[in-house]
Amino acid sequence: MGKWTRRAFITTGVVAGGGLAIGVALRPGHRTPELAPLVSSDDETLVNVWVKLDSKNVATVIVPHSEMGQGAQTALAQMLAEEMDADWDLVQFEEAPPVPEYANYLLGYGIIGEVPKVLVPTFDGLMIKVAQSMAMQITGGSLSIRSTGQYGMRIAGAAAREMLVEAAAQTWQVPAAEIQTEASQLIHAASNRRAPYAEFAAVAAQMQPPSSPSLKSADEFRIIGHHVQRRDIPSKVDGSAQFAMDVHVPGMVYATVQRAPVFGGGVDKLDASAAKQVKGVIDVVTLPGSNKEDPFSGRQNIGETVAVVAEGYWPAKQGLNALAVEWNHYGRDSMGSDEIFAQFDRDITAGVERENDRLQGDVSMALENAAQVVEAEYRVPYLAHACMEPMNATAHVQNGQCELWIGCQNPLGFRDAVAEALGMEPGNVKVHNHFMGGGFGRKANPDYAIQAALLAQKVQRPVQLIWSREEDIRQDYYRPAVRSRFRAAIDANGEVASWENTYVDKHEPAEAPLIPYAVGSQDIGYVASPTNIPFGAWRSVDHTQHGFFTESFIDELAAAKEVDPYEFRANLLRDKPRHLAVLNKAAKEAGWEQPLAPGRGRGIALQESFGTLVAEVVEVTVTDGDVKVDRVVAAVDPGLAISPDGLKAQIESGIIYGLSAAMFGEVTIENGAVAQSNFHDYQILRMQDSPVIETHVINSGGPVGGAGEPGTPAIAPALANAVFDATGSRVRQLPLKNYDLKFRIEESDEVA
Amino acid sequence: MIRLTVNGKEQELDVDPQTPLLWVLREQLRLTGTKFGCGMAQCGACTVHVNGTAQRSCVMPLAAVQDQQVTTIEGLAPSDDELHPLQQAWIDEQVPQCGYCQSGQLMSAASLLASNANPSDEEIDAAMQGNICRCGMYGRIKKAIKNVAGVGYFDPARGEV
Repeated sequence: MGKWTRRAFITTGVVAGGGLAIGVALRPGHRTPELAPLVSSDDETLVNVWVKLDSKNVATVIVPHSEMGQGAQTALAQMLAEEMDADWDLVQFEEAPPVPEYANYLLGYGIIGEVPKVLVPTFDGLMIKVAQSMAMQITGGSLSIRSTGQYGMRIAGAAAREMLVEAAAQTWQVPAAEIQTEASQLIHAASNRRAPYAEFAAVAAQMQPPSSPSLKSADEFRIIGHHVQRRDIPSKVDGSAQFAMDVHVPGMVYATVQRAPVFGGGVDKLDASAAKQVKGVIDVVTLPGSNKEDPFSGRQNIGETVAVVAEGYWPAKQGLNALAVEWNHYGRDSMGSDEIFAQFDRDITAGVERENDRLQGDVSMALENAAQVVEAEYRVPYLAHACMEPMNATAHVQNGQCELWIGCQNPLGFRDAVAEALGMEPGNVKVHNHFMGGGFGRKANPDYAIQAALLAQKVQRPVQLIWSREEDIRQDYYRPAVRSRFRAAIDANGEVASWENTYVDKHEPAEAPLIPYAVGSQDIGYVASPTNIPFGAWRSVDHTQHGFFTESFIDELAAAKEVDPYEFRANLLRDKPRHLAVLNKAAKEAGWEQPLAPGRGRGIALQESFGTLVAEVVEVTVTDGDVKVDRVVAAVDPGLAISPDGLKAQIESGIIYGLSAAMFGEVTIENGAVAQSNFHDYQILRMQDSPVIETHVINSGGPVGGAGEPGTPAIAPALANAVFDATGSRVRQLPLKNYDLKFRIEESDEVA
Repeated sequence: MIRLTVNGKEQELDVDPQTPLLWVLREQLRLTGTKFGCGMAQCGACTVHVNGTAQRSCVMPLAAVQDQQVTTIEGLAPSDDELHPLQQAWIDEQVPQCGYCQSGQLMSAASLLASNANPSDEEIDAAMQGNICRCGMYGRIKKAIKNVAGVGYFDPARGEV
């Protein structure tokens, strides 16, 4: 039986084996059989889908999101524990198994109204079309807290608390209203009775769930918004944390791969004789490519792969190096980055089938009547994710079943993709998800899991597939290279009358290119300009490029008008109090008014993304062509910071990730393939280049926003604007390393 | 046969002596706390101590550590129920995010403090420049090192981490 609450569907049922269970779900349906495995011992009672209580009064929160460093599992557990009035020291959490019952697709779909397509990257497009109600269990879009947390965890916690209170009230024969809860204890003061939650778990589990559990108001929070230590950290300082590559399956062998360097290429000739001479090499296998269309990524043309299976990674790598492969490039080996940017230029100019993100007012009229027209064009390169942990997966295929040990952002999607590749029912693929050594969007693509599964099927032994770093850089799903063109009219009164913008390659979130500024006429749109380079979601997705474009151009408008760029923005945000508040806070904390020495500069930028507003001020010192980023001040309004230190850590992380890209990040295409290969030529920000970061949090009380991505978009434009302030040179193309600013100061903006 | 001592324990290994130490640690000795990141000494995820000094195990052939003392992250703590002061500082400052690079970061930091108890900011930068953190926790790493080095916290005027 079940009952709809305001926001959730709560079911009750009996768990196989005799335990009693209550399930909180966000859609109707019987899911009781799937609850059974969660109750692993006789002394555990499942209070609801997101929490179980054991006889020692320990509440285990079951978290349907994976951990890639963002700390969401701890924050989600905080949210449930808060509403449950649990003792934080008695709260544990574990990642939900990849079964549809934990999918959050319908959570987002039903509650938010629409699932952002950003969440769909690896979900098989065909399946999405076939079954709209198909489930997802994906970590991305900075959604964990604002969706699962707000609408799942808090309700589950509150429902659990109310049921426990009701159970105690019945047993003690006292009114429920007289029972208080505190630190996983039920208290009836009048009769001086006190009992741990666990005492009533079994009784509570038999009860009708509350139809609308009441949630706390912010002033009642004692766990949400307070500092708690992340539970995963101790295992990450002593080497015991388990990443997928740390798995050892008895009888396991190792493999490494090389996919066709030109995307979509195939194996023409393969001579494996030398590779097979390498001691320890077991087999040489060719894996098929794929060419699929999906609604989020477009067409992804993935080439054929050669793989070497061996007794260890090292012999496998030696074997791979010894393979003589002739690749068929299918004529795609003439394209380079220059040609791609030239194609973008042509397509923007042609404007064929241009689609609008926003069209308001009359831009043509504004341009006609302009006192001044400002134009600029920007571009950003392809970027790899370069997670510290290279792609890896361990698979064992036997008796029509597959076990997969993986670290990924989308365990359910991986399960389905591997099942499809092996020709199995999804239920025959068992996924063990692990900590990810970084994800950033890359580990939402199941290509590496499919490779491992196919290899395990072929050699009929458990296979641990480990990619080299070279393969990781050259076979990513890239942040796209993008070109974006702007034109603005400033009228006779000095007001910005129009804003015109055309760019290539639209993905998600849809609002990324929109500006918050009060500009009357706006024509923002895009044209398609497809390439053969695989696209992937990269931390903050389209916000990374559009933040750079729009916040650079608004800075150029301020400069054209000779107005302070902070004051200029503030004036155009006069009707946007939350935007204005973060802008003002960042400027104030950075000491915007204080003059800087010659050669130093300060830049500001603002970007709202994933429901969180972030303004950043960057201070740089430019000497002899080198740019040193000294300091970053960030002001962040996430509505409410669930885990304040966790939020700060995410903002710091997002800033460094974006700064690394802005200063050094560049994947170039030469002869159809990626030219870079490892950290010597795909440079990453290191400690000595790392600025002091100060993060200031504004709890505005607005809707709870994301944390993992919003720190990234504003940093590149704030940096470019600071370089302009220091040197007078406008950085319109990233990365900054391509500029020789010593020579740039008096010259135009073309890259040397 | 190659003999070496790992975390105080003598090991005798029948492995191709050209195999990098990293893979021997991970595959033969199952000490998986030491991580593979780049395979060319560019990222520091594989950092271990050889005779107390930080080395990149991904480019160090097993033959090169014959009869040497190797310490991995699993051997950094003085005992099973005691953390190395840097490990405690890492917890106190909530340094790790994904955590993948942190074994290497800790081994580099421990090697630094063993030879220089009070490093300057520049000395910390120099010692840690070989260790990439994609989660960008450099500020917290630096603060944790300085806490252990006993040279105090960052100047709050410059910003808390």
